[in-house]
Amino acid sequence: MKRLLFILPLLVFAGVAVYFGFGLTRDPSKIPSALIDKPIPEFALPEIAGTGKPALTSATLKGDVALVNVFASWCAPCRIEHPIFMRLARDNAVPIYGISYKDKAEDSAKWLRELGNPYKAIGWDFDGRVAIDWGVYGVPETFVVDKAGTIRFKHVGAVTPDVLNNKILPLIEELKRKS
Amino acid sequence: MAPELGHIALILALCVALIQSVLPLAGAQARDPALMATAKPAAYAQFLLVALAFGCLIYSFVVSDFTVENVVRNSHSAKPMLYKVSGAWGNHEGSMVLWALILALFGAAVAAFGRNLPPGLKARTLSIQAMTGVAFLAFIVFTSNPFNRVIPPPPDGQDLNPLLQDPGLAFHPPLLYLGYVGFSIVFAFAMAALIEGRVDAAWARWVRPWTLAAWSALTGGIALGSWWAYYELGWGGWWFWDPVENASFMPWLVGAALLHSAIVAEKRDALKTWTILLAILAFALSLVGTFLVRSGILTSVHAFAVDPKRGVFILAILIVAVGGSLALYAWRAPMLKGGGLFQPISREGGLVLNNLLLGTATATVFIGTLYPLFLEAIGGAKVSVGPPFFNATFVPLMVPLLIAVAFGPMMGWKRAELGAVFQRLWVALALSIGVIVLTLALDKGRQVLAALAMGLAAWLIFGALVEWAERVKLFRAPLATVWSRAGNLPRAAWGMTIAHAGLGLMVLGITGSTAWQTEVIRLVRAGDAFDVAGYSFVFKGTQRQEGPNFIATRAVFEVYKDERLYAVMTPEKRLFPAAGSTTTEASIRTNLLADLYATIGDPEGAGQPGAAGPPAFLTMAGQDVAWTARIYHNPLVPWVWLGALTMMIGAGISLTDRRHRVGAPQRLPQAAVPTAAE
Repeated sequence: MKRLLFILPLLVFAGVAVYFGFGLTRDPSKIPSALIDKPIPEFALPEIAGTGKPALTSATLKGDVALVNVFASWCAPCRIEHPIFMRLARDNAVPIYGISYKDKAEDSAKWLRELGNPYKAIGWDFDGRVAIDWGVYGVPETFVVDKAGTIRFKHVGAVTPDVLNNKILPLIEELKRKS
Repeated sequence: MAPELGHIALILALCVALIQSVLPLAGAQARDPALMATAKPAAYAQFLLVALAFGCLIYSFVVSDFTVENVVRNSHSAKPMLYKVSGAWGNHEGSMVLWALILALFGAAVAAFGRNLPPGLKARTLSIQAMTGVAFLAFIVFTSNPFNRVIPPPPDGQDLNPLLQDPGLAFHPPLLYLGYVGFSIVFAFAMAALIEGRVDAAWARWVRPWTLAAWSALTGGIALGSWWAYYELGWGGWWFWDPVENASFMPWLVGAALLHSAIVAEKRDALKTWTILLAILAFALSLVGTFLVRSGILTSVHAFAVDPKRGVFILAILIVAVGGSLALYAWRAPMLKGGGLFQPISREGGLVLNNLLLGTATATVFIGTLYPLFLEAIGGAKVSVGPPFFNATFVPLMVPLLIAVAFGPMMGWKRAELGAVFQRLWVALALSIGVIVLTLALDKGRQVLAALAMGLAAWLIFGALVEWAERVKLFRAPLATVWSRAGNLPRAAWGMTIAHAGLGLMVLGITGSTAWQTEVIRLVRAGDAFDVAGYSFVFKGTQRQEGPNFIATRAVFEVYKDERLYAVMTPEKRLFPAAGSTTTEASIRTNLLADLYATIGDPEGAGQPGAAGPPAFLTMAGQDVAWTARIYHNPLVPWVWLGALTMMIGAGISLTDRRHRVGAPQRLPQAAVPTAAE
């Protein structure tokens, strides 16, 4: 019995190592999402008071190529990527919609007042249920949705200038050309 | 030339490490003094070779040798010299060389300072240390060569990420690695002891200074990283429960537990198998941290070098090192004999409580960091764990620990009376209640929890001081006696008092900055005046600044307190053309009780410059431009880092304790029951 206690750390570690091995087989910054090329999930999220932007539903996303960004005020990488969305919004490059993920409404609103609000509409997903339907793994995540409301691209983690210029913007151009 | 020299030095270091990991260990098993004696020159040689390689890498950065791929990707000819040098370790390959260098440094330090160690233990320890060295040097040589050439060389480099071009961050990785990697030597000691089947008070005494050194460096490294986040990222926060922050925090927590359990092993010959386990876990968590950052398993601001091949290599190192050591532990640890018995209410009992709480806290952070991955692995929902989780789980575990900190040192070994301890702590208790009442009064009772937290901070500080006062008989003996008792107090006792008080100072800073932060965000035009937390700000406008490798817009705020000019604050936004990115430079004015913190955002209605043109903050000027200004008043926040610094100083003073410096700690047969199991 006592011996078992000494073997326990080894067993726990073996379990952890298996998970790490599993983790290596997937690249979180690529697209493990089964939702690529699938229609966006049906949802209706309430607005966030104080942002002056309307609520977000799946209907909003149909009809134009759009970016959907999942963010939270407590998420550090979201701050890093935020200026990129601000610039996109300023350039009117593509409509950007926000999903506030597991965040207090007032915190999200404050965060947007502070950093600027690039979103045309924002949905408040306090319990993260809608995010689950989107296959969200963590914040931030960014999706490209085409005119028919199909998810065409997903990026996990902060959008960098590299990802934006080499993946997202070319894809958006391509999707816009296809009518 | 230098890159080739460095590359060869790395390969030679790998060969030396291979020899060092076999010969001394074989010598110790065969009791052959000549073979065991190879450990010392090998440890020196390994260190000198890795140092040579590191020197060559730094040289390549300093002379901006753009035939080296690593220099191209992380440097620029116009970069200031400090950042050319720090650029050498501001990337994956270079940081691994730094890792190997510190690994070899600790090996060489044990070879040099371990004169009192029994030859067998020393030889085994250095062999184990060299095995870790082999793993990491092979990793560098086979998957992460920093000296790869590019032909033809590009005209200039791509510049280091501007966020990393900062004096604080130049020293953050080396300190952090001193801590991370420092646990490798403690790990090597634990392995050697398991192989010998012998753990006694003397072993615990040899291990403690290395633990102290590693832990205090890790404290500094984490604090420096958090300070950098505070002033460089520009949003006034300083800890985000980011996976990579957590990765460095877990070894710190286990290291803190190890520091305390090693005391019990040393003084009371108890908790020995537990101490060994903690020594293994501290290094295991350092390796896990490395794995998480380098493998790309978790995405984070810190993540660099996402390369599956590297991930597999580090996972292999992790499995061999941790799996092997835990297997050895499972086999050998049951043979170690337990030592002194003790009552639950005793100093040992207090230290066990400390270990339990720190261990649980580590497990909490571990689960919070890896839970999303685990859940996905078993096919569950995809979730994300943020600060709400950590605030709800980690903080409640810390509260009883912090309350207990003041009790522990007041309790006797073996058994103690809680009532008697309380009696001696009443001064601290009364002062803490006073602080709570005072805080409630000043705050007009708005934040009761914050007031209680202030009381907790006071309890830690006064508890440490009362314990010290007891030891030197302050107020109860003539001043001369007090003076001489203070002089005779062991450095370890001084260290403990200072470190515990430092913890209190840190709680003070955390509470103050969380509870009473004032934040003002507004659009400002030149000439605008507004108030923040009792200070009057006047915005004077913006200026264009030119730096060595950046162009900046600097905003000028005059700050008045009681009608007198108190400070001129000049936050900046910088554009680094080579890297194509911008940074925010906060302007911080501190009076040690609170920070005024100012940053400047984008101008309002910035035109449509397009992705190619210069950003709006550089092109827009004049009186009519409105800028987003963010001003924070952060009470007590400097004490977060000053508290960490105080803890480091405490650990450093404890490190100079006489028993670590002088003479051979003897294995007294009459004091400790020999536990030889060979």
